[in-house]
Amino acid sequence: MSNSKLTAAPPTEVVNIVKNRSRGKLAPGEKSLAASPGTWFVWFGIAAFFIFLFGIVLSVLVDSLGKPWFNTWLPETFTLGWYQESWARFDLTHIIGVTLLVAFSVIIISVIIGVPASYVLARSNFPGKKLVMLLFLLPILIPPITFGIPLATVMYNFGLGRTVLAVILVNLVPSVPFVIITMTPFIEQINPAIENAARMCGASMFRVFTRILAPLLIPGILAASILVLVRTVGMFDLTFLVSGPRSDTLVVAIYRAMTSAGGGEARQLISSMGVIYTAMMLLILIIALRFINPTQLVAQVKDSRED
Amino acid sequence: MMTSATHTGSRARGSASLRHRLAERGVDTKLLLLVPAIVFALLLFVYPFAYGIGLTFQPLAATQEQWGGGFFANYVAFFKDAFIFDSVWITLRLALPAALFNVLVSIPIAFKLRSKFRGKRMLQTLLVLPITLGTVLTAQGLLIFAGRQGWLNRFLLENGIIDQPLQLVNNYLGVMLSLIISGFPFAYLLISSYLSGIDPSLEAAAKTLGANWKQRFRRITLPLLAPGLATTFILTFVLAFSVFPSARLVGDASGETRVLALMAYRAFSEQLDYSMASTIAIMMGVVELIVIAFVFLGRSFLYKGSTGGKG
Repeated sequence: MSNSKLTAAPPTEVVNIVKNRSRGKLAPGEKSLAASPGTWFVWFGIAAFFIFLFGIVLSVLVDSLGKPWFNTWLPETFTLGWYQESWARFDLTHIIGVTLLVAFSVIIISVIIGVPASYVLARSNFPGKKLVMLLFLLPILIPPITFGIPLATVMYNFGLGRTVLAVILVNLVPSVPFVIITMTPFIEQINPAIENAARMCGASMFRVFTRILAPLLIPGILAASILVLVRTVGMFDLTFLVSGPRSDTLVVAIYRAMTSAGGGEARQLISSMGVIYTAMMLLILIIALRFINPTQLVAQVKDSRED
Repeated sequence: MMTSATHTGSRARGSASLRHRLAERGVDTKLLLLVPAIVFALLLFVYPFAYGIGLTFQPLAATQEQWGGGFFANYVAFFKDAFIFDSVWITLRLALPAALFNVLVSIPIAFKLRSKFRGKRMLQTLLVLPITLGTVLTAQGLLIFAGRQGWLNRFLLENGIIDQPLQLVNNYLGVMLSLIISGFPFAYLLISSYLSGIDPSLEAAAKTLGANWKQRFRRITLPLLAPGLATTFILTFVLAFSVFPSARLVGDASGETRVLALMAYRAFSEQLDYSMASTIAIMMGVVELIVIAFVFLGRSFLYKGSTGGKG
């Protein structure tokens, strides 16, 4: 095995085994202790990100608990008073109720409408399929403000402005396509032979759905629902355009408090509302993560065996 | 077009041959499953959108007087009024770098975190966490944390790294930071899920054939991942392009970060000029679709099909 022979090999797809083997001077299965530059880059990036993230979360948390806090590392005294004050002042019970009502209505409706549609798009070819795909892609691709402003105008024309119904309808517009788009690749990855086998054995379309597809799709539906939930609770633009004082979701209420005339409310009141918002989202996420893996959006995770 | 095809499909039940011929082209009763979604999209998306486009051709008398152009006065104003048109560049200057950064940084991180190690799930959960913050809270946190008297500046000042507090909020940088904090986890989540959809045995096979990691990445993983990357870029770009609350809260709303969404909202709720608001909103969509069209054009050349992630 001389090297000259290898270099004379055709320069196409030939993999230089000898060279590759000598590069890592480790026995198979052994790992180097010194991290590669790539690893350093990744960990540095993650560290920088987390410094900002925790800085943001902690400073809001401390702010919401502190009495006067100006030019020091920490406030002088700690108190829970801001929470009581903001809860009473902004009627947070009502606001959180509206937020949850909107979010769960949106999830249920968008899954019911979206999943069957994504099944058809994943499995069959028909004339006009491209057009239909475009119709479902557009609401995700177009910025919310672009269709939000005409949509809000229509809502006000129909007398729906500032109602909870309007908020739900407006939030459905990006959510249904979102479910369709995320579920389609998920369904594509399920082997059609399984369905065909069931159909050969005489199962009807309905039975194929309930007995074969539904169990396989549950992780995908859960993942899509959670993303819709997070998007709806966090959706600012669309909700803001149609909601009023009695139909504000929590984000919109916080924004209004931050920008209200006269320089906005006291910073600590807003911080305490922000902490409540984050706590709510965190609770949703923790419950969600008990059921799904964060990466389980497109496929069942196969743990990679190497590297 | 679609719904009429569905109708023929169900009416053809009597004549088997017609039904058969239609089914061969993919038109069968299965398509009925699509109907709710299409009706929904027509009612809540297509109709308001068409209405909005109609509205743009009914400019206010004041706009017509100032800019001329009759029915097209709103469009004339959009292109000729530097105050409005500049915000196109302002928006793109924010959204494109933010989306690119989020996607490019997510790739190596998703790769590294693909393997098994202690605390992996914990780390992934933490990376997903910023989704819970939302733009408004991120803005509030940035104002406090990275403001002139915030912890970040205080730490850098007391350690003698800088003499003057860094101006990180109420400008371009503040909005960029908020876009990265809210967009990166999203990009990471999507990319790592696409990555987990790729069967690791494909890479393992390449490895047994002696390919090193560069070759494996370039020949196996990247082509399979590329469509997912394109989708992720588009979705993060859309998020960044329609930035609105953070442009107002941590940005410089009358200067550096006077984005299109802000202009449209001002016309809608402050000037009550619905036709101008619709014009800005629709032109915003047009600008965005142009960018997306380029990405899709590239994507159409890429591999499509099973990535073998699931049996």
